[in-house]
Amino acid sequence: MALKGRVHRFGDDINTDEIIPARYLNTSDPLELAQHAMEDADPDFVKKMRPGDFIVAGKNFGCGSSREHAPLALKAAGLAGVIAASFARIFYRNAFNMGLPIFESPEAAAALQGGEEVSVDLNTGEIVAPATGARFASQPIPPFMQQLLADGGLMAHLKKKLEAR
Amino acid sequence: MMKAQTITEKILAAHCGKDYVEPGELILARVDIALGNDITAPLAIKEFKESGAKQVFDRERVVLVADHFAPNKDIASAIQCKILRDFAREQNLTHFYDGGDMGVEHALLPEKGIVGPGDVIIGADSHTCTYGALGAFATGVGSTDLAAVMVTGECWFKAPESIRFVYNGVCPPWVTGKDLILHTIGDIGVDGARYMAMEFTGPALKGLDMAGRLSMANMAVEAGAKNGIMAPDETTISYVQGRTLRPYTLYESDPGAEYAFEKIYDVSNLEPQIAFPPLPENVRPLSQVGEVPIDQAVIGSCTNGRLEDLRQAAGVLRGRKVARGVRLIVIPATPLVYSQAMEEGLLKIFLEAGGIVSPPTCGPCLGGHMGILAPGEVAIATTNRNFVGRMGHPQSFVYLANPAVTAASAVAGRICGPQAL
Repeated sequence: MALKGRVHRFGDDINTDEIIPARYLNTSDPLELAQHAMEDADPDFVKKMRPGDFIVAGKNFGCGSSREHAPLALKAAGLAGVIAASFARIFYRNAFNMGLPIFESPEAAAALQGGEEVSVDLNTGEIVAPATGARFASQPIPPFMQQLLADGGLMAHLKKKLEAR
Repeated sequence: MMKAQTITEKILAAHCGKDYVEPGELILARVDIALGNDITAPLAIKEFKESGAKQVFDRERVVLVADHFAPNKDIASAIQCKILRDFAREQNLTHFYDGGDMGVEHALLPEKGIVGPGDVIIGADSHTCTYGALGAFATGVGSTDLAAVMVTGECWFKAPESIRFVYNGVCPPWVTGKDLILHTIGDIGVDGARYMAMEFTGPALKGLDMAGRLSMANMAVEAGAKNGIMAPDETTISYVQGRTLRPYTLYESDPGAEYAFEKIYDVSNLEPQIAFPPLPENVRPLSQVGEVPIDQAVIGSCTNGRLEDLRQAAGVLRGRKVARGVRLIVIPATPLVYSQAMEEGLLKIFLEAGGIVSPPTCGPCLGGHMGILAPGEVAIATTNRNFVGRMGHPQSFVYLANPAVTAASAVAGRICGPQAL
């Protein structure tokens, strides 16, 4: 399955306070959080983006707090996923657990331009920019994580295990 | 002969029934303590319920602390705290902290002996890495991971590579654990230890009290680390004895254990360190700060809200006044710290200096409440993050420092050390 959307570019070390500021964390309602996605990095982001778009960022995306509200806000806003040079550890876990596709590729993160179309193959991790024909490999998803994703995220995976007991 | 292992590898191996683990290996580990707060636990509780689980894996090992937006700052926060309270009652949790029992989680858990050496601890809060100062493996996770652990008592991990940080020499006056960790983050950057274990050691570290060590491990996540850790010694043992609620195990790294790399610092000439906005890696020695006027000074948080921190601040503030136009906010991290600070006369010193003494809460550290910044305002704080908008408006600015420097800056109205007063 391939995801296709427009690129929105951000820099290095985008932290969870920029992705979803703590002033909105008195709720965990995904739709409410979605209205403030990326607000402190770009106050107009939610107005500019369309469902299916991608964030493309530099190194250490999602650093800072452990708030799962960060991938939740991005997913609820309708983003297809995040492509970054690298991800902070807790955000990486949270994104998989929440079902937000993320792709690690320093080459794609450096080359992709704001506004251009990009397509990502979920199975192979291949990132393609149709306008230029550029292709980038992203780090393959570890087998353990593939099992989690196949089951529909961590909680669905657990529920399946509980029911099998 | 057994393979030489790091302290992190040994603790993880002991929790997954193996003799050793290799960095990069995926393991399913038994969790000793699982922690959530009023921001992260409501999501975890929702997912716990949706999983069909009826009971947490162990009512003595799931810990909930309503500390971030508590005392409830608004109706929405009140609802979140109530979700914790109801769940704690329903599950009959031993360790639920709320109201007058509540302290900032990472100050409270070590103080109450809930966490100890050799433990594996996960918390739905990034600063869970604080407990590494006790010789435990402790790491932050999200709400879903917490929910899974509440059900099963287990968590999957990728065993991390370790970096060894050696601190030689003796800390000069006014140089603390906070300065060592800020200096280290300034050196390796906010992703310098991404996914890795930061193992702290060396003579200067041995000279630090538990408060200073907890400050250091607390900020390991600001370098992207999975955990920060230090081997227990006499200081650790005297802190945990008579305090830990469960038996504990002491681990240390073997000679010849493998590290991704090693960093050696001589701290003898180190100055107090200041992290400039908007990243904890923008660190400069105090003498290189220049003229930075401030509007607010915050002393508290899971990094620096312990009694030793308040003593350092009070030592500077005794007989002095906060500069006109500056708000000094002091937040004792736990009820015990609060009452000890009262007995020692520290609170009186803060009040007489013109400071505000807040009840325990995470409060302004994450821009929650109790000291939010307006556009253009500048704060110096003993907290752990200075990201864009961290303490309030996106166009406000936070500088990170140790308690004595923060107190001195409150008196001067600009960033400076105690020696400049």
